[in-house]
Amino acid sequence: MTDAAVDRSTTADRWSARWSAWRLPRGLHPGAWWLWALGLATAASHTTNPLGLTLLVAVAALVVVQRRGHAPWALAFRMYVWLGVVIVAMRVVFRIVFGGGQGEYVLVRLPEIPLPEWAAGIRLLGPVAAEQVLGGFYDGLRLATMLICLGAANALANPKRLLKAVPGALYAVGTAVVVALSVAPQLVESVLRVRRARRLRGASGRGTRAFRGVALPVLADALDRSLALAAAMDSRGYGRTAAVPAGQRAVTGTLVLGGLLGVCAGTYGLLDTVGPGYLGLPLLLAGLAAAVGGMLLAGRRVRRSRYRPDRWRLAELLVAGCGIAAAGLTVLAGTADPELLYPPVSPLTWPELTPMLLLAVAVAAVPAWLAPPPTPVPRDHT
Amino acid sequence: MITFDRVTVRYTEDGPPPLRDVTLTVEEGELCLVAGRTGAGKSTLLRAINGLVPHFTGGTLHGSVTVDGRDTRRHPPRDLADVVGVVGQDPLSGFVTDTVEEELAYGMEQLSLPPAVMRKRVEETLDLLGIAELRDRPLRTLSGGQQQRVAIGAVLTSHPRVLVLDEPTSALDPTAAEEVLAAVTRLVHDLGVTVVLAEHRLERVMQYADRLLYLPGDGRVVNGPPAAVLAGVELAPPLVELGRLAGWDPLPLSVRDARRRAAELRGRLGGGAPPAPAPAPDPTTALSARKIVVRYPGTVAVAGVDLDLQVGQVVALMGRNGSGKSSLLWAVQGSGPRQGGAVTVTGAAGAVDPKSLPAHQARRQVGLVPQTPGDLLYLETVDGECHQADQETAAAAGTCRTLLDQLTPGLPGDRHPRDLSEGQRLALALAVQLTAAPPVVLLDEPTRGLDYLAKRQFVALVRGLATAGRAVVVATHDVELVAALADRVIVMADGEIVADGSTAEVMLASPAFAPQVAKVLAPAPWLTVDQVAAALVAEREPA
Repeated sequence: MTDAAVDRSTTADRWSARWSAWRLPRGLHPGAWWLWALGLATAASHTTNPLGLTLLVAVAALVVVQRRGHAPWALAFRMYVWLGVVIVAMRVVFRIVFGGGQGEYVLVRLPEIPLPEWAAGIRLLGPVAAEQVLGGFYDGLRLATMLICLGAANALANPKRLLKAVPGALYAVGTAVVVALSVAPQLVESVLRVRRARRLRGASGRGTRAFRGVALPVLADALDRSLALAAAMDSRGYGRTAAVPAGQRAVTGTLVLGGLLGVCAGTYGLLDTVGPGYLGLPLLLAGLAAAVGGMLLAGRRVRRSRYRPDRWRLAELLVAGCGIAAAGLTVLAGTADPELLYPPVSPLTWPELTPMLLLAVAVAAVPAWLAPPPTPVPRDHT
Repeated sequence: MITFDRVTVRYTEDGPPPLRDVTLTVEEGELCLVAGRTGAGKSTLLRAINGLVPHFTGGTLHGSVTVDGRDTRRHPPRDLADVVGVVGQDPLSGFVTDTVEEELAYGMEQLSLPPAVMRKRVEETLDLLGIAELRDRPLRTLSGGQQQRVAIGAVLTSHPRVLVLDEPTSALDPTAAEEVLAAVTRLVHDLGVTVVLAEHRLERVMQYADRLLYLPGDGRVVNGPPAAVLAGVELAPPLVELGRLAGWDPLPLSVRDARRRAAELRGRLGGGAPPAPAPAPDPTTALSARKIVVRYPGTVAVAGVDLDLQVGQVVALMGRNGSGKSSLLWAVQGSGPRQGGAVTVTGAAGAVDPKSLPAHQARRQVGLVPQTPGDLLYLETVDGECHQADQETAAAAGTCRTLLDQLTPGLPGDRHPRDLSEGQRLALALAVQLTAAPPVVLLDEPTRGLDYLAKRQFVALVRGLATAGRAVVVATHDVELVAALADRVIVMADGEIVADGSTAEVMLASPAFAPQVAKVLAPAPWLTVDQVAAALVAEREPA
């Protein structure tokens, strides 16, 4: 065996070792999935082409099926798809009811409901044209696709892990959200329990008295629980802070508040065309910088470590990159041939795909294989 | 390890202080048991250890509490988190995250331990408490005993030197309670953790305790070895009462201790047996249920159960958590779901199925007091609740109050129901339900949080109901209570009845359900101290 062959084989070994490490099941950083999904949603927002949109939905579904975990939120995707169907149906129905009836190809003629004089310009029912139904369908499909893309992110990434990734300064806010999320089902449970108990006293469960009978014990219950939780968090060390001199605290507060004010004023300046130029973008950027600086400073006060943090590795970069590339390619496709991405409904034309759009869809589908597989089902011994 | 130096705690200026001039020391590595009546200040004592009293609860604390050299006056609870771990009564309400592994790590994240240390400690703790297979499970899906062990694990990961547990087993069935207590004793023996533990059912833990802190209720704390302290205490577990009766000194703390000394007592009792309970004069069936089925999505809670209740009989319904006890009671009452079967209540109005009646009439057939009796109450005063109960049932004014006075005399009418003790609240809820005069009364886990004295009153109260011609069902985990109270015991498992017979038959048949007296005096069929006492008196009299 020659030296070169040995060299080649070790290189191959190294690559295969890297590949198998890559394939180790793990949860991807939730941020990566969200960026990918936002990229897809952006792509969807730049076209009304039903073929493109359907392909995007299919890609989202494919990736979800390939790479979702086994946690409860992973099953939410189906719900988003149904929501999408409802949105499309609603759009079409609205177009039929408040149609206006422009278009040559009339499908059916519904009886028009006459409206009084002051409602001129609104028409109820009347002739239904194919163009108008199709327009509603395209519109609805675009909205539904964007929603389904976000639903895919929700199914792929634990929303609570995303909260764990917030910067230190926002840690308290993140904790509050997590607690609120876990309190909600408890509240529902205690409402059900108390309502059942009210039936034991012969209450029908209706009227203001019944409401009082349920609300008071539930509120008392919720209060007890939150006190117990606060006591537990306190005795487990929540809110241990590094000693911070009063001066630095004041600086931090001023920076954050001033920065946020700057952001507000800057946004206003940017949207308002009359005001002087320095009120726009420069102020916005300065405000943003001040706010971020303040938060970083405040984050140093929070003395806390993270257990098994999600790391941003190559796979995360690639997945997020796929989403962003898909968005970018769609925008490019839009500049190349806009009439194909927004197929006109009048005159009626058959929608066509452009190679660029097809490429965008293909890139968006890559994470189905590129992302590491999710962790297998935890075996249940009980 | 823990030092109280002349500690007095007051929540209000004029009220009696829950702790008055308390001075005590708990040494390192001890298992210290805190006992006392409800409201005697046990929780105050426990919460003073990590500074929750007064930092969190308010009130004033005179004197000083020192833990591992740190004074709680200068260290709020969060700064003591690495020294004291506190687990509350209801573990679920103290969980901050939603899966087992994250919950175990939460405390360490707050202490900002390095990730490598956290990872290692989580694995160690999972093994130490035997919960490794639960690591990915959502906390809400765990059983009570598992939740309690996770809660203990969640504070253990911070490696505290002191572990404070407030009634860790009060909501658990006997087996789950054993698991938790086994875990706790392992911590004391293997890791040298100092444990301070409050508990009502002393019979479960007193044998493991090195020190007993008894709170008589007047702000004092009696401190000493368990046997010595228990000798001078009015409320006592059956073993101690048996020891007093037999004149053993020191008092036995475990079944093993007692059994080794009981040869003489067994001899005195001879081959005698407790008098068989007088059969009910008229075994009339008050309620008969056939083929009851209760299903929840994914599970069958009650699988075709037949149940007959006799007038004047107290039935104890036992079985582990989740065996279908509550579902059966709710289905029989008619307010809960019931997918199959029939219930017939034979009352004054003839035979009816409560499920077919509107709620206000169903409660005239079967009265149910739920697991949290406070759910039934929603007005501001005791009098208000009584008045409302009279109105709801169209009973004569004062009916509910009269019933309440029979149950617990002298409850102030202007008191808020939430300010009552557990026992008083239970009595009020029961009085409210009895105002409708149902022939059948169902009680779901009524003795949670009741101390020995309150339990004794509860037994008298329920026996009174039975004597007045009601059929009573009590769902409970408490074997000692069942031994003293029930005529008949039904054991459920997986939604089916696995044993049904007289109390003596069922309880003597299996060690899991045997009360302590039975374990000591086996194979003779004695169940309670009262039975033994009566037999001893009878034996002495003819002599």
